[in-house]
Amino acid sequence: MPDAKKPPESPSAPSKKESSLARLFTSPAWRSIFRHGYEDSPRNRVLQVSANVWLHLHPSKTRRHGIRYRHTWCAGGLTFLLYLVTVVTGVVLMFYYRPVQEYAYWDVKYLDFDVPFGFLMRNMHRWAAHGMVLFIWLHMLRVFMTGSYKPPREFNWVVGVNLLVLTLLLSFTGYLLPWDQLAIWAVTVGTNMARATPLLGHQGPFGPQLGMTARYDARSFLTAGTLVGAPTLLRFYVLHCIFIPIIASILMILHFWRIRKDGGISGPL
Amino acid sequence: MAESLAPIDSGLQAEEIKVTAGKRRAAALSELPDKVHTWPYLVRAEFIAGCVLILGLLIWSITIDAPMEEPANPTKTPNPSKAPWYFLGLQEMLVYFDPWFAGVVAPSLIIVGLMVIPYVDINPKGNGYYTWKERKFAMGTFLFGFLALWCVQIVIGVFFRGPGWNFFLPGAYWDPHKVVAMTNVDLPYLLGARTEIGQMLVGMALVGAYFSLIPAVWWLLRDRPWMRELGAVRYGIVSFLFFTELGIVVKMVLRWTLAVKYIMVVPNVINI
Repeated sequence: MPDAKKPPESPSAPSKKESSLARLFTSPAWRSIFRHGYEDSPRNRVLQVSANVWLHLHPSKTRRHGIRYRHTWCAGGLTFLLYLVTVVTGVVLMFYYRPVQEYAYWDVKYLDFDVPFGFLMRNMHRWAAHGMVLFIWLHMLRVFMTGSYKPPREFNWVVGVNLLVLTLLLSFTGYLLPWDQLAIWAVTVGTNMARATPLLGHQGPFGPQLGMTARYDARSFLTAGTLVGAPTLLRFYVLHCIFIPIIASILMILHFWRIRKDGGISGPL
Repeated sequence: MAESLAPIDSGLQAEEIKVTAGKRRAAALSELPDKVHTWPYLVRAEFIAGCVLILGLLIWSITIDAPMEEPANPTKTPNPSKAPWYFLGLQEMLVYFDPWFAGVVAPSLIIVGLMVIPYVDINPKGNGYYTWKERKFAMGTFLFGFLALWCVQIVIGVFFRGPGWNFFLPGAYWDPHKVVAMTNVDLPYLLGARTEIGQMLVGMALVGAYFSLIPAVWWLLRDRPWMRELGAVRYGIVSFLFFTELGIVVKMVLRWTLAVKYIMVVPNVINI
């Protein structure tokens, strides 16, 4: 590439270090990794984004108002960052945690007190999850306040609402895994609601009339039994670690891609 | 910059300077290109925001431990048993509604209601910028629902609810034997209906009229151009969702003022 020459030399005699740096930046190995030049030129600024697999989610140019914190609050991006934090810390936790009634609680204790940095991984996982819930609300509030769900972004808003639901489900299924008093009773309160589901719950409107029983209704489908027990733990673990993250990831890909296809960060027309 | 260096004699002159400075700034801004390079401007902003967040999360996680109580014990129910904090707004609704509504139908309507927003809000204004004036109804409905019916209820659920889901001020002694009079009555009874069938019919009439009669009469009496543009279907969806949101407030106020338990009672099937 013609523009990827040595960096401009200073008037004084170049030191040996500088010239070796320049040699590094023009070496075939370096150029095979970074397809753009080192020099700060408009062309390199564009390539920096478009030739980078992570950054090319972005357009090479952004509308001026879109880079302001007060327009976007960065809330969507930070929600995604917190999701990545929970993925990384969550995988670390999976090395030590067994979703079995007899072990689950003590594995978490082991993480907290014996595993090097285990407490930090668990704390970060927990707080990042709470932060994700908070930031997704802030993101939705911002998107609503700027009217960014309006055409042509209607469908991406719908995808976003689905991501909100999945985030809450991720957080809720994870709530059970420490298998302490807080966990099982919070999940008991939450899943108890399902038995009042109209038509599908054994205590819901028209549920008994349709033959729903405590052993066979919407709630027992969630909890894998009539109460929050060992089968619920395993069920929630699989939902939490595999099922929901995969669906959420697919929807995130769609969500981010649609931002680009629908014209980037919204702004005055 | 000459104006700003001139001595300021009066408030009026200062105002003039402000206006010209504002105009100049706007003119200078309008000459700038509409787009800037993503690298470095946007990437830098995101990088800084990400660093601040990760740093905050790290400090928070080192200093504050994730909650961990005694091992799960299905035979020992804590009082109160609270759902995760982000669902406490819904749990708080259990004070006013039966579980089929507070725990299932209300959250479903929130999700569906959020999803239909782009398809029923046909106001072309306020697309991509903050404005209150151009979309007061949309913003008012959303902000009231989010702040008053979601966030405030969560705060009440987290900080103000103790044993028996009774109301306690933060820091107050949680008396598990607190006596609360259960004097709630059904609205049809308050209105004079004394037979079961009569109460049922009055309740159904009240709920039915609230959801259909009010929007219908309003539609017929106030023939506005935006109504025709919106169309009957979208008007129906918006009014149903709006009156559901409003209905939650109505029921809460009826509970606080007249101690109303249910508005409509169909024994063994459905209560509202």
